[in-house]
This record gives sequence, C-alpha cells and structure tokens, in this order.
Amino acid sequence: MIALRARARARIAPERSQYAAAGLLWALAAALVVFLALPLAAILGKALSGDDGHFAGLAQFVAIAGGERFWSAVSNSLAVSVTTTLIVLPLAYVFAAALTRTRMPAKPLFRALALIPLLAPSLLPGIALVYLFGNQGVLKGWFPDGSIYGFSGIVIAEVFFTFPHALMILVTALSVADARLYEAATALGAGRIRRFLTVTLPAARYGLISSALVVFTLVIVDFGAPKVIGGQYNVLAVEAYKQVIGQQNFPKGAVIGVLLLLPAVLGFVIDHLLQKRQRALLTARAQPLVVKPNVWVDGLGVLACTLIGAAMLLILGTAVAAAFIKLWPYNLTPTLAHFDFDNMDGGGWAAFFNSVKLALATALFGTLTVFGGAYLAEKTPVAPVARQLVRMLAILPMAVPGLVLGLGYIFFFNDPANPLHFLYGSMTVLVLCSIAHFYTTANLTATTALKQLDAEFEAVAASLKVPFWTTLWRVTLPVCLPAMLDIARFYFVSAMCTVSAVIFLYTPDTVLASVAVLNMDDAGDTAAAAAMATLIVAVSALVCLVFSLTAWWLGRKTQAWRTR
Amino acid sequence: MNRDWQQTSGTVADALRIERVAKRFGAFTALDGVSLSVKKGEFLCLLGPSGCGKTTLLRIIAGLEAASDGALFMTAGESERNVTRLPASQRDYGIVFQSYALFPNLTVAQNIAYGLKGRREDKALRVTELLALIGLPGAGSKYPAQLSGGQQQRIALARALATSPSLLLLDEPLSALDARVREHLRREIKALQQKLGVTTIMVTHDQEEALTMADRVVVMNHGVVEQIGTPEDIYARPASRFVAGFVGQSNWLAATSAGVGQVLLGDALLGATVTPPRPDGHPLELFIRPEDVQLHANWSPAEAQVANTALAHVRKIELLGGFYRIALSVPGWGSQPLLADVSRGEFERLNLSPERLVPVSLPANRLRAFVPAGAASAGATA
Repeated sequence: MIALRARARARIAPERSQYAAAGLLWALAAALVVFLALPLAAILGKALSGDDGHFAGLAQFVAIAGGERFWSAVSNSLAVSVTTTLIVLPLAYVFAAALTRTRMPAKPLFRALALIPLLAPSLLPGIALVYLFGNQGVLKGWFPDGSIYGFSGIVIAEVFFTFPHALMILVTALSVADARLYEAATALGAGRIRRFLTVTLPAARYGLISSALVVFTLVIVDFGAPKVIGGQYNVLAVEAYKQVIGQQNFPKGAVIGVLLLLPAVLGFVIDHLLQKRQRALLTARAQPLVVKPNVWVDGLGVLACTLIGAAMLLILGTAVAAAFIKLWPYNLTPTLAHFDFDNMDGGGWAAFFNSVKLALATALFGTLTVFGGAYLAEKTPVAPVARQLVRMLAILPMAVPGLVLGLGYIFFFNDPANPLHFLYGSMTVLVLCSIAHFYTTANLTATTALKQLDAEFEAVAASLKVPFWTTLWRVTLPVCLPAMLDIARFYFVSAMCTVSAVIFLYTPDTVLASVAVLNMDDAGDTAAAAAMATLIVAVSALVCLVFSLTAWWLGRKTQAWRTR
Repeated sequence: MNRDWQQTSGTVADALRIERVAKRFGAFTALDGVSLSVKKGEFLCLLGPSGCGKTTLLRIIAGLEAASDGALFMTAGESERNVTRLPASQRDYGIVFQSYALFPNLTVAQNIAYGLKGRREDKALRVTELLALIGLPGAGSKYPAQLSGGQQQRIALARALATSPSLLLLDEPLSALDARVREHLRREIKALQQKLGVTTIMVTHDQEEALTMADRVVVMNHGVVEQIGTPEDIYARPASRFVAGFVGQSNWLAATSAGVGQVLLGDALLGATVTPPRPDGHPLELFIRPEDVQLHANWSPAEAQVANTALAHVRKIELLGGFYRIALSVPGWGSQPLLADVSRGEFERLNLSPERLVPVSLPANRLRAFVPAGAASAGATA
C-alpha cells in the first residue's frame, strides 16, 4: 500500500492533451484483445471441449492422435515443409548473394522478378503447375502419370510462393558486411572458400536460420497450394479446412489449428532470441564492404538469377496465358471467355470487387490503426499498461498462421452468446481479420520509421507548450509518410492475395477473389480460376505501381528536406 | 570575491529552487536529496562525470522525469509556485538537447516559430529578430540538414528562446561539435545569455566549459552535490577530494596529519589547509595544483626561510605549448612524484636542467589536505 501510494505521488500530472492519447491507447489495446487475443483464446477453448461443447481436456487431442489419417497428414506436412525449405534456402541464398555481393547488371530488374510471387495468392503456382505438368499439361512428360498432383506439385508451388520471403531476409543479412573482416582474412592468406566459411557464412547464419524458420512455417500452414495441386496427398492445413468447412467438426479443426500454431510459435520464439544476438554481432565501427567487379562471379550471378527469374516468369506466365486461351492445350485461340465470372460458380465479378473493397478498407484502416498505435506506444508517456499491452499484442500475429486466426474468428464471432456476433459474415469482420492477420509486419515498419525520429521531439514540443497532435501532424506524419505508404501497399496486396484466414469467414455476399479462385478450381473451372488469379496479380501490381508513383510524387513535394 | 558577496546578500530572487530532490530507478539511486537554488539571470552549470545524475536532475527540472521525492519551485513574475507535479508544458522553460532535436522537415524559420502563437507577421518578425540575434540572418528558408552542426545548435537555441521563457535548459549543448566550433560557441552562448539575462542551467561533463561559461558551478557525483560555487571557488578551493580530482590538474601526495594546520610529509612538517581538522597521525592526501608549485632559481638564505621549502631533483621536463611541466621528486618529502607548471619566461629564468637540484616550495594556503578516497566514506561526512 505504502509503496503504491509513494509511486502515485511520484508521478507528474499528464498534460491535458495526453488524456486523449491515453484514451486512444486503451481503445486500441481493447481492440487488439477483442480481435486478436480472444479469437485465439476461443480456438484453444474449442480444442479443449468435446463434441457436445463441454470441457473435455485433451480428449480431442487423444482422439485425433489415434487416427492413422492424422499421422499421415503430419508426416506429409513435415515432408513438404522440410523439402521446400531445403530447396528454397540455397536458391534464395544464391540470388541474395548475387544481388548484394556482385556487380552484375540489371539488379533492380532481377529483384522485381524475384518479388513477383508476393503479388499472387499461393493458389496461383498450383494452377500454373496443373497447366504445365498436369494431365493436359504441355510438359506432362516431366511428371508422368499425374505425379505432379501431390508431393512434387506442392513443393514446387511452395518454393515459388516462399522464395521472396526467404530472399528478403537473406538480402538484409548479406547487405551488412564488415569489409575489415574480409581484408583481415585475405591478409592472413585465406582463400575464397575459407573466407566464405569463416567470414560470410557466420555473419549470414542468423539470416539463414531466420529464413528457414519463415519458409518452414509458411509452408506448413499454407493450404492454398496443396488444395489446388495436392490431389490425394493430405496435409494438416487442408485437413483442418476439411474438418471445419466440409464436416463442420469444429473441435477437430481447432485441435489441428492449435497444432499448427506450435511450429509457428516455436519459430517465432527462436527467431526472436536470435535477433537479440544478431544485434550484438554488428559494431558501429564496421566498414561497409565495397564489391569489386569480377567477370566470372558477375556472370555466374546473372546466370543464376536469370534461371530463377525465368522459372518465376514461367509459372506466372503460364497462369496468365491459361487465362486468355480457349482450351489449353488443344485450342490456343485467345479469348476473354474465362473472365465471364458471372456465369460460373465461385462468386462472379462481385468476388473481385469485394476483394478490391476489402483491400482498400484494410489498407486505409490498417495503416491508420497500425501507425496510430505504433506512434502512441512509442512516443507518448501515458498509460504505461496499455502501451505494454499494445506492444505485446502487436508481435503476436507473426506467430499466428492465417488459418488459425480464421478458425479463431469463427469460433469467437459465430458464438450466438457473443455480443459481437452481429459482425459475423460481414465485410467488417473480414477487414478486421485482415488488419489483425498482417499487424506485426506493418507495425514493425511503423515502429522502425518512428524510432528513426529524435526521441526528444515530443519533449521540445512540450517545452514550447505545443500539444502532441500538432507535432504529430506537422513533423511525425510528414517524416513518416514513406513508411505509411509502404504499410498501406503491404496491407492492400496482402488483403488482395490472402486466402487462409478469410476462407472461413466469407459469406455468399462477401465472397472474395482469392476464395473464388479456390472455388472455381474446385468446381473444375481451372481456366476461370487462372483468370481470377491473373486479375489479382494485375491489381496488386497496378497498386504497387500507383504507390511507387505516389511515393515518388509526394517525395518530390514533401521530402525536399531530405536532400542536402 | 565580489560575486561571493552578491550570493550571500540574498537580495536577488531565486528563479528556481530545488529542495531535497531524489530520483530512484528501482534499487538504483540516481539522485540522493539534491538541494540548490538558481538566481534570476544566473548561468548555472551542472558538472560531473557520466552517471552522476546531472542529466536526470535537468530532466526533472524540465518535467520529463518525475522526482521520487522532494520539491521544485519556479518563480513566475512575482510569485513562486510549486511545479513538482506540473507537466512540462506548464513550466515555462526552453530546452536545447544534445541532439538539438530540430524538426528535419521544417525550415529553420518554421522550427524557430514552432512555439510562437499569434499573427503570422508577428511570428515572422520574431523569427527575423532571433536569426539576427544568433548571427544567422537569412538562414530562415534552409532545412536543418543543410546547416553545419554549430549552426543547427544555434537554431535550436533560437527555438528555445523564441517564446522568451523564464528559464533556459541546456543538455550538453556543445558535446556533439568539434573542439574549435565548441570554443567559439561557448563564448557566443555566454554573451547571448548575458545580453538576454535569461536564467540558464547547463549540463556538461566538460570542466573547461563549466569554468568558462558559468556564474556558478554545481559539481555532482553519485547523485549528490559535492560543491556549489563560483568557478574560482571550485578550482582554487575544492571542497572535497572528488572535486579537487575532477576539476583541473592536480598533485596528490600521501601524508599524515600533525597538529593544527600542519601535516607530516616524508620527514618534514609542512603547513597546510586541513579542513576539517584531523587527529594526529591520520592519513591524508595533500593536494596542490601544478601551477601553484613554486620553483626558485637558487638556494639563498632567503628561500631557506620560506615555509614548506625543500630541494628537489628534476626528473623530466616536458614542453606543453605555453608552459613547461616539470616532474620533480623531493627526497626530504618522501620522494613522491610532484609536478610543477612554469611559464616559458619563468623557465628561462630558472635555468633548469635534469641534472640540477632545485628549491621548491608548496605555499601553505594552496596546499590542501583531504582524507584519502578509500577512507573518505567513513571520515568525510563525520
């Protein structure tokens, strides 16, 4: 009691403007609890309850562990995830090394090529593979007897899907290098291989581990690719989907969801611990490495990047081509017939416009929420409990696969006893779920941008008796504008492509483009699915272009201070 | 000396009074009951090594940190008010941080006008006035990144002064600049402060900065005030072993106390200022500045009569630019190393060389005795 009172006395009365900040912080903390923590609690609760809805402890886990079907799904999931990781990592490493450690030409082009998969849902590579190596595929000889449907198909699709994620981490890891270490190694007589083993690899090892964890997690929780190209090859993510959507067996779906949460959380924790050590690795006195031109190395870089980039383009190009071709591979006349979505099952053009609506709303409200939250958590001294809560909840979505979040949303919002039940099935819940799903990455971008601002801006403003929102409007927002555009673009593209969380939440009125791809493919309209996937890529690419131009234009108008 | 009298007269109102302010971070005590008062129009320096609590004290004065205990009073107009729990925006001060914290996307003029209210023309007028005051007329349309560090620093100063606050706080304002600019800005800031008569508190770890700029210096260590005084007080009459060691160059000689105003150094009895008095045989450390050590050209009967004089071996002679630093050892005083600074003219007159013996005296009024650092905790406060 005494200690409490002493602490209360030792506080400075908040400025009036700060009451507003405290209110907003608590509102955000509450929103994150309701739209993130509680759905996750709901999935745990559901996993621990029996078929009758009462608490049953681990009975569901025991029941599911008895099934042979479950164990084959587990081993299939692990096999696919490990194989994909083992293939993606060397490829992404070579690509990243070529981008950062050679003087090869056309780096921006290669970089853009490698990031293409980010613009597409994970269903797209699956569809492309059907056209390339499937029963009617042009190259079906490469995978005879439909062997593309299953393990190999899933792995190739996942390699395409996860490549840019691994690449981005490795590029970051490889772009920081201490030239002094290389000079020291060379002076001590170390050759190329020894330098690679003793200098390059140790510096990049955290990046390698981190990207391996990301790839593994992405693959094990993804169900887009296995749904399309997996055939009879059953994996955990698809199993969860089938249990919930197909058989309405919610507890069983919840149990698989909880199990899928495990590798994600584990990877997240390992990554977090490693990042702490990574920071200590780089010293402020490091000299940047200047790469010298080398015909052989640069040539090899171009060759490797061309091969990988060509494979990316082949997959994307196949899907796009299939969308415009009458009947692959028999009748190659161009047609727009596959875009006549309204005469097909899956949701029609409404699905496409719903997706655009969802993406716009997510980009707008997501950016505002994330940036506002990061700002309040970083830059205001009020409501320490709420600030801590916001920070903790903000990193949670990184460890939660979309599939799990989606399941949590059904369990939570579909409960008639929930006062928020009215949200179920609405566009609003899709927007909220998408904002929550991609919160961590967006929040990281915002926090990084905010941390680059002098910590004393707010103190100076207070001494000049200027309320915090004036500084926010006149200084913080203009300086962080590029980061905000980045967040908005990220939210738009992610909301456009996502399948995993929203697949459980859409209704006939709110069906989305990515869901339509899945449904049309299910119904056998593969060409229409390809057409819709193509549209998604086109819109994502267009929006990226628009954002880049906006950023460039705004940069010229408002960022003049950055040039000396 | 004049200043001393002014301070004790108490006719000048205190702009800021700090009463037993303490700050604890968990188990760590950053400030342990600091009390001091700042006169109106005074330039006060908080000086101390890093981690001594000086910045914490400044942040408490600024309202950026809450005091765990104690109280702060600021005088606004005629009345004094308790500001201990008031937020920063209600305290009326301007602040310049080490990083300057200039808003990068605003022009110099917009930065300076940031805290100004009222009509646009009035603001523009005030900005022009301030730019002229800091000697950067016409820089208003530039962005901070286009200015040098010293210029940025002055803009930050102008921004802090724009609203004519009753108190100016400077948090190591010069430490990010190179030596030459720093020296120049020292004089500029001091001149500006005197011209405007604004009460100023500056935090610094640079003793030279504190001694040249401040009217009074507060030397801090481990969260307590070691001494408050004019630069002359601090330099010539350090109140504690810490202050003596932290500020300026010094000789330290191990001795023991021997009667009132006397110490035993080696085999010799020397007159010294021993405050507070110690029982005989108590270990002491003698302190004297190298420039206070006197060397004599020859050992005449007159010199032999001067108290605290003995013959010294010259061990080493170093030229440090404007003066020579002579390393000596006095066999009669236990052969402890002793440094003496002599001007170039004096050096020529003394005709010193390493082989020679030279008479050296330690003036009793400059020779101060302190309790050794290890025994200080037990003795110093008693």
